[in-house]
Amino acid sequence: MNKKNSNVVRYNRWGYFFLIPFAVVFIIFQLIPLVSTIYNSFFKHFFDGMIEIGPNYVGLDNYVSMFTGGKIWKYFGNTMIMWLMGFIPQILLSLLLASWFANPSLRLKGKAFFQTVIYLPNLIMASAFAMLFFALFSKVGPINGMLQSMGILEAGKPYDFLAHTSSARWLVAFMNFIMWFGNTTILLLAGMLGIDTSLYEAAEVDGATSNQVFFKITLPILRPILIYVMITSLIGGLQMFDVPQILTNGAGGPTETTMTLIMALNKHLFSKNYGMGGALSVFMFFVTGILSMIIFKFNSKTEK
Amino acid sequence: MKKFKKVLVLSLACAMGLSLVACGDKEETTTEAKKDDTTEAASSESEDGSEEVTEAPVADEGKVFNIYCWNEEFKSRLTDHYPGYEVVDETTGKIGDVEVKWTIVPSTDNAYQNNLDEKLLAQADAADDEKIDMFLVEADYALKYVDTEYTMSVTDLGITDAELADQYQYTKDVMTDSNGVLKGVSWQGCPGVLIYNREIAKDMWGTDDPAEVQTHVADWATFYATGADLAAKGYKLTATVNDSFRVYSNNVSSKWVEDGKLNIDPQFKAWAEAEKASYDAGQTTTGALWGDEWSAGFYPEGKVFAYFGPAWLIDFCMAADDENSIAHAGGWAATVGPQGFFWGGTWICGATGTDNPALVADIMRKLTTDTDIMTDIVKADNDFVNNKPAMEAMAADTSYGDAVLGGQNALGMFCEGVEKIDLSKISAYDQGCNESFQTAMTDYFNGNYASYDDAVAAFKEAIKVKYPAITVE
Repeated sequence: MNKKNSNVVRYNRWGYFFLIPFAVVFIIFQLIPLVSTIYNSFFKHFFDGMIEIGPNYVGLDNYVSMFTGGKIWKYFGNTMIMWLMGFIPQILLSLLLASWFANPSLRLKGKAFFQTVIYLPNLIMASAFAMLFFALFSKVGPINGMLQSMGILEAGKPYDFLAHTSSARWLVAFMNFIMWFGNTTILLLAGMLGIDTSLYEAAEVDGATSNQVFFKITLPILRPILIYVMITSLIGGLQMFDVPQILTNGAGGPTETTMTLIMALNKHLFSKNYGMGGALSVFMFFVTGILSMIIFKFNSKTEK
Repeated sequence: MKKFKKVLVLSLACAMGLSLVACGDKEETTTEAKKDDTTEAASSESEDGSEEVTEAPVADEGKVFNIYCWNEEFKSRLTDHYPGYEVVDETTGKIGDVEVKWTIVPSTDNAYQNNLDEKLLAQADAADDEKIDMFLVEADYALKYVDTEYTMSVTDLGITDAELADQYQYTKDVMTDSNGVLKGVSWQGCPGVLIYNREIAKDMWGTDDPAEVQTHVADWATFYATGADLAAKGYKLTATVNDSFRVYSNNVSSKWVEDGKLNIDPQFKAWAEAEKASYDAGQTTTGALWGDEWSAGFYPEGKVFAYFGPAWLIDFCMAADDENSIAHAGGWAATVGPQGFFWGGTWICGATGTDNPALVADIMRKLTTDTDIMTDIVKADNDFVNNKPAMEAMAADTSYGDAVLGGQNALGMFCEGVEKIDLSKISAYDQGCNESFQTAMTDYFNGNYASYDDAVAAFKEAIKVKYPAITVE
């Protein structure tokens, strides 16, 4: 009896051993950078050409100068708008596709094929994808050529997609949508396939319509997966960088209306401004945390 | 069974742990390998050194020669004109026993400098074979490196003032630090000219003679008036609004940064207003330099009348190797244009801490002082080289002509232009300021900013972020 007990304890020990690699990686690559970022944000430290200036402790100066002028909120707004423009159609289409794929009574053919195909855009590097769109939608690109030859645009008067706020934002949102809807569909599909089919059968026997089945059975059971999808997408959205960066050549044009938070952060790289970069990162850390909490709370409230 | 499980678990944990340690392991082995290299290197350099380099210490030459640059231009110059250079593959070559490693990072979004800065700052601690031996800079940001200890004095490399006597003074002025020490040399001079489309000139005025065309572009007023005539016939004056930027910005009377404060010279406002009017009148586009709209004019369908550019632009950038291009057909010609200017230019710097100083010096000598090699560069690549007597001789040579320019010998124009280049108004911040100003103004041209002042305000904000050291009012 005694021996067995100590065996359990001994086995428990292995659990800790297994955690070591994760803990080490986490501490080195996550915790230390996080703490040093916060630490750096209190210093004036950058390079003027090749000359290092600082680090001098300046307290909250970096935060003050970040918030004065309100630029940071503009960038935050840009990021959220472009994320929502891409995410709302993305989640709707994904729900629709996933429920079709998950519905055995539809007897869809080539399910595996289509599941692969919708995931494919995600395999292209975002930067390559953005380069492609940059070329496609340039003033002398094929899209403008097509629109002009179809008579939608007057010949010789191409539409500059990247010089107009709405079209530039839609392009960014559309690219993110194309790249991520497959991923979301597969996640939701996994969640839907996990739902006990006897529930659907029972509903069918009771004469529920397919709308009722979807809203009363599928969605409520899917909630944890939905929360997960929303939060990961939100975090990804807040970190939106490569697509608008490449598409607008780093300028976030026109008039910085496609400038995301991370693009603004990237601007500080020019002078290797650790202080301001740190302050912006800390801001992002809190924004991400707060927004994730809101989504989490909002979605789990009705459960009680 | 239990034992087997334990062994399995242990070995798995070890595997995971080892993968972390592995990184450290690798470094040790490379440093060992490096030690072998340096001893061998001593013998390898003696062959190379026997040629003519006598003053440089031969014993400490490394085996790997690292060159940092942002495009293929210098690589092709070295490949084609440096005696004994062998191509191994895309990014490596060989000079004698020394392996030449190219690190080519495009300038886009400052990537080249970001990478270079990082490496230079770590130069002191880097292994010898990892050390940068040579890197290239442009005039726009040359001062950033020249006024630091990261660039080597050319005199310290063993190159005397007498050897550099034939070089144009401005190319030396750019690379002279605040103590009067020369820190780099260039094989090219970059006086710019107005490059116009012969076909369009014939269509407009019945002639493509440079002297005749010059009368239509003699100053800014006539230049834009010509633009109106061109627009009426469906031609564009310039490919983009940014084409004329250099011509204005090189003729400024004050620096971007004076006494640590951002200063906007009246020339920039003049440029913005003139180009806004030009764009609104349909004479140009708002594309970026190097973009699709800019390069569209390299082909007949682009219908672009003129580009502003130096010799390297004509031969290196105007798609001369594309059969459909105007350049391929020799359809361009050069004339002086409204104002003199220069654009770009690439300077060779020796990096402090290099383990191949003799080779650095030899490349500098061969490419920037050897008249034979430099004349070859002109003949093969139509570059304008940094050698006054040679260029003046070639300017007078009627047998020489640039195929892209339909056989025109534009060197006389360049020779005249290069004397006028004044680089006293450059600052270490030019590149960032020019780029940000153009970005802000493009939004103004497109009508996204209501006024010039709004665009300037946005420009100032951008500078605050880019250069925290500058006071912006």
